[in-house]
Amino acid sequence: MSYPSLLAETVSFRGHNGDQGEAYLARPTRPGKFPGIVVIHHMPGWDEWITEVVRKFAHHGFAAASPHLYFRDGPGNPDDIGARVRAAGGVPDDQVVGDVAGAMAFLRAQQNHNGKIGVIGFCSGGRHAYLCGCRIADLDAVVDCWGGNVVVDDKSQLNAKRPVAPIDLSEQLRAPLLGIFGNDDQNPNADQVNRTEATLKRLGKTYEFHRYDGAGHAFFNTSRSAYRPEQAADGWEKVFAFLRKQLAA
Amino acid sequence: MCSYIVEKARVSGSAKGPSGWMRIDTANVYFDHPYHAPLDHALGIDFVCEADGARERVAVEISAHSARELVKSIMAALASGEQAHAQAAE
Repeated sequence: MSYPSLLAETVSFRGHNGDQGEAYLARPTRPGKFPGIVVIHHMPGWDEWITEVVRKFAHHGFAAASPHLYFRDGPGNPDDIGARVRAAGGVPDDQVVGDVAGAMAFLRAQQNHNGKIGVIGFCSGGRHAYLCGCRIADLDAVVDCWGGNVVVDDKSQLNAKRPVAPIDLSEQLRAPLLGIFGNDDQNPNADQVNRTEATLKRLGKTYEFHRYDGAGHAFFNTSRSAYRPEQAADGWEKVFAFLRKQLAA
Repeated sequence: MCSYIVEKARVSGSAKGPSGWMRIDTANVYFDHPYHAPLDHALGIDFVCEADGARERVAVEISAHSARELVKSIMAALASGEQAHAQAAE
């Protein structure tokens, strides 16, 4: 068994409106060209688990970057910044899309980039990944891990920051999409996942959905009791198989 | 799930934060994924001073059960304390 070496660091990138922010970057150090993947964190912010995910992608041969979506509300510890953002009702969708596009540009500019790039997000980041898939034309793959509020049944939840339910933008989705869901999850619940799949099918999109029994929300997260090792191991295999196929040069 | 729901309570008093004591005027209360506590969901309370820009906070993330126990304890402490102080004043 080999243990691929990698380099992980915090880098500066240009996000929405050219604003300068931070991203956590990890990449293999061996020679070669690697696909890029943008990793979108969940609502509480840029936490230790998301940096573990970034390094996991580098371990598996990807150049991965997780933009700190709350950098404008710093300086400070990411958890304190996340608390400020929560109190302010989150960040605007337009800003997230701009920051993800900026992180993509950063990855594309690296000498060892293979020309392909995907996005993956977890929880609210899964919703953001779906949204980016619909709004960023040059993505090559999208992975939505249990993104809540892709389907918005209560329209009163829409507001100036999140004005449109991502499901209503599905016609614009160009990249193949992988969805990973726990059948015990309440947001998205099984019915919402089914409706999302029905929409993608009706529109003729390229997608694959994997639903797991005995798993709820955030079942990849090793630091939570929601962690389900067997389902998570299979889910990660699905993620890497999908991305290796879609992001091959 | 990640929610954006925050209950804001106006409070009056002080809290001891990373730079020492500070005045506070708001408690942001939510039930969502915690940042640190090893729980799927936690009751979070951030004590801040919005009048001073809310740049610092005193934070807790506790389980739903312990949050309900805390509510009972607060109510019990207020009841017994107010009764004791009223008797002392007589």
